[in-house]
Amino acid sequence: MRDALGSVQSVLVLGGNSEIALAIVDRLVASRCKKVVLGVRSPASATTTLNRLRSSGVDADTIVFDALDPASHAKVIDAAADRIGDLDMVILAFGVLGEQSEFNADPVAAAEAARVNFVGAVSSGLATAAKLRAQGHGTILAITSVAGVRARADNFVYGSTKAGMDAFAQGLGDSLIGSGARCVVVRPGFVHTRMTEGMKPAPFAATPDKIADAVINGLQKNKEMIWAPPILSTLFTILRHLPRPLWRKISAG
Amino acid sequence: MHPEPAASRAVPSTSELFGWGRTAPTGADVRRPTSPIELQRALPTSFERGLIARGLGRSYGDAAQNAGGTVIETTDVAAFTIHASDPNSDTVLVTADAGASIDRLLHALVPQGLFVPVTPGTRYVTVGGAIAADIHGKNHHLKGSWCNHVASLHLQLADGSVVEVGPDRDPELFWATAGGMGLTGVILDATFRCPRIGSSQLLVDTDRAADLDAVCELMRSGDHLYDYSVAWIDLMATGKNMGRSVLTRGRFASASEAAPKIGADPYVYKANELVSAPPFMPAGLLNNLSIRAFNELWFRKAPVERRNEIQSIPTFFHPLDMVRGWNRIYGPAGFLQWQFVIPFDATSALATIVEEISRSGCTSFLAVLKSFGEGNPGPLSFPAGGWTLALDIPTGIQGLGPLLDRLDDLVVGVGGRIYLAKDSRVRPELLPEMYPRLNEWREVRERVDPNRRMMSDLARRLGL
Repeated sequence: MRDALGSVQSVLVLGGNSEIALAIVDRLVASRCKKVVLGVRSPASATTTLNRLRSSGVDADTIVFDALDPASHAKVIDAAADRIGDLDMVILAFGVLGEQSEFNADPVAAAEAARVNFVGAVSSGLATAAKLRAQGHGTILAITSVAGVRARADNFVYGSTKAGMDAFAQGLGDSLIGSGARCVVVRPGFVHTRMTEGMKPAPFAATPDKIADAVINGLQKNKEMIWAPPILSTLFTILRHLPRPLWRKISAG
Repeated sequence: MHPEPAASRAVPSTSELFGWGRTAPTGADVRRPTSPIELQRALPTSFERGLIARGLGRSYGDAAQNAGGTVIETTDVAAFTIHASDPNSDTVLVTADAGASIDRLLHALVPQGLFVPVTPGTRYVTVGGAIAADIHGKNHHLKGSWCNHVASLHLQLADGSVVEVGPDRDPELFWATAGGMGLTGVILDATFRCPRIGSSQLLVDTDRAADLDAVCELMRSGDHLYDYSVAWIDLMATGKNMGRSVLTRGRFASASEAAPKIGADPYVYKANELVSAPPFMPAGLLNNLSIRAFNELWFRKAPVERRNEIQSIPTFFHPLDMVRGWNRIYGPAGFLQWQFVIPFDATSALATIVEEISRSGCTSFLAVLKSFGEGNPGPLSFPAGGWTLALDIPTGIQGLGPLLDRLDDLVVGVGGRIYLAKDSRVRPELLPEMYPRLNEWREVRERVDPNRRMMSDLARRLGL
C-alpha cells in the first residue's frame, strides 16, 4: 500500500533498464518498498540491477516486457501481480530517443519509435489501469518529457511521441478519479543517461538522481504532474507561449 | 448539525475513501445499511479483497478503508438505549449500535445527568470505532480507555455468525476486538457503563508551563487530583522555550457550582459546529511562519495560572469540533498525526523527541501531551502507562519520512509504541516490537477469521 508520505511497498517498472526509473526505485527501496519487478525485453540485461536489489534484501525479479507487443501487455501486468501481489506503483519508463536526422531518412524507423513510445504506453497504460482499478489503489508513474511540451525541429519525432504519451497519461489520470488508482505524469528535462550520451545538454540538464529526487518529493506532495527539475515548470510556461519564429531560434540553440 | 450524511444507500457503489488526514485514498465497494438487519446482511458474498466496517472516518490513516474490497459504513444504524438503573449507582448501562456517535449519545445522556465513559478530542466518533481503536481521553490516567467500560458487545464474525463477547465471556476475543482495528469482525452494538455527572459544566484549572520539565512535573505531582488532564505543547518553540505548554485540568462541576454560569438547569447541553473550514485551501497557507505566529499567540493568550473556571463540555473536550471539516486546512497534500506512548522512566527520550521535532523546523500546530494510566489486557490496545504525545504534521514537509522513522526507532528503543488509529506510515517490521503480544492477537484472529476476510488498507500495509 501507499502510505501518507507517498512511499509504496511494491513496484513494477516497465522499461526496467531505465536509469531514471532505477534511480526512483532506489529511493522507494530505501523507504518502504520491498518488492520490485523489472519488465525488460531481455532479462539478462537486468542481472546486475537484480543482484544489487536482492543483496539489499529486496524481493526482486524480472519479467519479459516488449513495448512493441501490445497483445502481451495485460498478461505481463497479471504475471507481475501474481509474482508480488498488489502493484502499488507501475512506472512506464520504456522509450527510445532516436536520431531525428536518421528518422528523416527512414520513416519506418520513426514509426517504430512511435509504436514503442506512444502505442506501447497506450496499451500498457490501459492494461495497468484495469488492474489498479480492480485492486482499488495504485499509482501509474508515466515518464514523458518536456520535449513533448513543444516540438522542435531537431527531435520532433521523439517529442511528438512523448506529447502523445503525456496527453494519454493526463486523460488516463482523469479517468481514474474516484477509483482509488491514479496516474502521475513526470516530465523530465534533459537527463544525462546512456540515452543522451554525446548529446549537447539543454539548460537545466540533470542527472537521473536529481530527477528521482524531484519525483519522490512530488509523490510526497501528492502532485499529479511532476516537472523534474521543478524549475522547468516555470521555464516551459514561458517557452510554450513564445511566438514560433522566436521558439525556432531558441530551440535551434 | 450532524456531520453524518443523511442519504441512505444500501446498494453497493464504488467510492474513494480516505482517513481524516486525507492521504492515500483507495476505492472500495461501499455499503451503507440502514437497519441492524441490513447491517447483518451487508456481508459480501465474495471476499476476494475482504471487508472492513467504517464509522465516521476519524482515524487519521487507512484503518477504515479497504482497496478493491468492501467497506460497510455503519453510521445509519445508530440507535441506543439508556437502561434503567439504581439511582445510587455510580454508572448507568447504555446499549448502542456501533454506528451511534458520541455526539448523538451526548445529546441524550447529558440532559439526564450522564456522560460517556471516555471521550477523545472529537465527539464525531462512533461506538464501533471507539472499540476498534480502544480510544482514550483526558481521563485515561484514572479511568483507562473505552473498552475498560464495555460490559459486552455483539460481533459479527467473518463467517456471518454473531457472537456476544465481554470481559467475562470469551475474553480473548473481546480483548482482541478492543483496539483490534475492526479486524476480528463487524462490531454490531455494545453495552457500556456511563458515569453520572453533577452538571454539564466543568471546573477547570489552567497552568502555563515554561518548558517540558515544568509541565511534566506539574502532571506528575498533580494529575491524580483531577478527573481530566491534558497539556497542549508548542513544538515549534526552541531554545529555553522548548516544550512550553498550557496544562488544563478539571472535573465536572456540581449543580450549585455551575448555577452562576448556566442558571437553574444543571444539565443544559448545546454542542454546535460554528463554522466550516473552506472546501478548498491553497497549498502552503499553513507554513512555518504562520503556524509559529499562531502558536506564539496561543501561548501568550493563556493565563499563567487560573483556577475554577467554568467551561462547557464542547469547550473543554471538543474545541476543534467547532470548525467543521478542519482537516481541510492542511491543503491538498493532507496531513498525518504521529502519536506514541513511552514509559514514564523514559522521560529523557521524551525530551529528545521534543527537541528533535522542535529543531527540525517541522511545521506542527499544537501537540497534545498526556500522562497515561495503566493499559488494559487488549493485545493491540494502544494506551500503556507513560507519556503520550500526539502531533499533527502536514505531509508535504521535506525529510518528514526519515525524521519520523528515526523517532519511531527512539520510541521502540525505550519500549514505546505508536497508535494504529493515527498511523499512516510506520514501518511494518516495527510492529512486533511495539506490540509484543501481536502473536496472541493473531492467534485469536486465526480462530475467528482463518481466511482473512476482515481486511483493511492498514492491515495490508502493516501485514497485520
